[in-house]
Amino acid sequence: MNWLSDDAVSRLQAASALPDLAGTRYRIIQRIGSGGMGAVYLAEDAVLERRVALKILDLPDASGELATRLLREAHILARLEHPGIVPVHDAGRLSDGRVFYTMKSVEGQRLDLLIVSVGALSDRLRVFQRICDAVAFAHARGILHRDLKPDNIMIGPFGEVLVMDWGIAKILHQPVDLARGSGEEGRAAVTCTVVKTEHGTILGTPGYMAPEQARGEVESLDERADIYSLGAILQFLLIGSAPTARPVAAIARKAMAEDPASRYASASQLGEDIARFLDGLPVTAYPENIFLKIARWGSRYQLAIVLVLTYLVLRAILLVWFRR
Amino acid sequence: MTSNTEIGGRSGQFPITRWSAILAARSKDPGERSRGLEAIAAAYWKPIYKYFRLRWGKSHEDAKDLTQEFFARVIEKEFLKSFDPAKARLRTFLRVCADRFLANEFKAAKRLKRGGGAQHVSLDFEATETELGRTKTSFSAAATPQAMDDFLEKEFIRSLFGLAVETLREFCASRGKQVHFQIFEAYDLLGEESNHAGYAELARKFGIATTDVTNYLAFARREFRRIALEKLREMTASDAEFRREARALLGVKPE
Repeated sequence: MNWLSDDAVSRLQAASALPDLAGTRYRIIQRIGSGGMGAVYLAEDAVLERRVALKILDLPDASGELATRLLREAHILARLEHPGIVPVHDAGRLSDGRVFYTMKSVEGQRLDLLIVSVGALSDRLRVFQRICDAVAFAHARGILHRDLKPDNIMIGPFGEVLVMDWGIAKILHQPVDLARGSGEEGRAAVTCTVVKTEHGTILGTPGYMAPEQARGEVESLDERADIYSLGAILQFLLIGSAPTARPVAAIARKAMAEDPASRYASASQLGEDIARFLDGLPVTAYPENIFLKIARWGSRYQLAIVLVLTYLVLRAILLVWFRR
Repeated sequence: MTSNTEIGGRSGQFPITRWSAILAARSKDPGERSRGLEAIAAAYWKPIYKYFRLRWGKSHEDAKDLTQEFFARVIEKEFLKSFDPAKARLRTFLRVCADRFLANEFKAAKRLKRGGGAQHVSLDFEATETELGRTKTSFSAAATPQAMDDFLEKEFIRSLFGLAVETLREFCASRGKQVHFQIFEAYDLLGEESNHAGYAELARKFGIATTDVTNYLAFARREFRRIALEKLREMTASDAEFRREARALLGVKPE
């Protein structure tokens, strides 16, 4: 046999890693990333003539466990039809045996990279509200993300916010309409294989993972683990913000409380507290004394106060003038 | 002049009763144990020979004898019984064994008579020496264990891909798909990155349509991947190790 040069070995590695899309409607354009168990490629859907993101197992999977996990991720995405969650288009198995699914190709930037160019705290908080909306929707559908972090949030070119990478999501319960087994989603739920994560298994990202998740308490994890991660994201968004953002810092602290019972009960409540801050209203996580209340009130009604004061001063000047 | 020596089993002919050659090599059944060890020797003799040449600065003749003797010892002394896949990679284990063998045992070792085994494969040391001349790697005396493991990993991948290419050649020939293999060879194996043949050129050369070139290439690559992973699976002892090794083999870098 001819000697395999370094170039030949590299070409063989690349060719072996590349998905074999023969017989499918997709054509690879380029590799755009990889995660724990799969690679993501930018591909072209030749039938609909549009670009899609194609996620595929890039490792051999003799036991079929990884394939089950990837398909499960596709099923979860199919269940979560929401503007803040990337939609899945298709799933299947290639001729080389590897499992794949395709989803919307998101042309945007990761939150952790974009944040440097979003200076205003209010803009950052509006992004955060949309993350809370998407996560609250997933929770309502019985899905826990378990790996929320800035790297998994994409901001699209028109400001759309998308929560990505549901690879280690946990199904908490079947939502009511799925449990009835009616409609398209009902069928998806039936075919979705349950993958149980063993107790003691630690899945997630340090720094964004709730303490109970870091301890591997898989069975008892609930929505409040994601609330903790949202708090950590909020804290990340506060980097470089003014001291006036103390109520927001308090919101982040409450979301990240050590005891899950002390956190917000839902992502919606967390989002609502952010909305109250943006509207100049008191937030539940930040008790105010009289001075803080006056300061906030003053800040909220700044224009009206200036107008009233101006009116009163002018009126006083006029009174003095006519009495002379 | 070639001065080949025979040791180990025929590559690509490992009769799989266990999917792992490592587990087979630790089996109580002598036949299975022998086949497992032969499969390991077939995949690792080239990396170990190059290791003796580069790391220990042995001459061609000495490295040849050492390689034969080392694998004869691996087979006779059942070194692999003490290998624990949970603690180390097979490559690292073999490197440590090779170092220990060189330091302590070679002086007392008697050379294995050539052709002494029951099943044989030709070890083409001359060709391997030529390969070594093209290898850009060199070791300093202070090379770290990590650098040595990296070298062995690179050479193991080259060796395993080489075995897979040979198996693919036989597979294609047995199914009358020699052109498929030739296109794969011309496109993926030969030449440098800058000058290897394009689809149109190959289509002209083989008198087929350009779409056939891409289809034939896709077939050969798919089979190559299957064969390479099958061979890799033989060299691992668990699913977790297989996945870890497949990352290195396929050049998949976790991000």
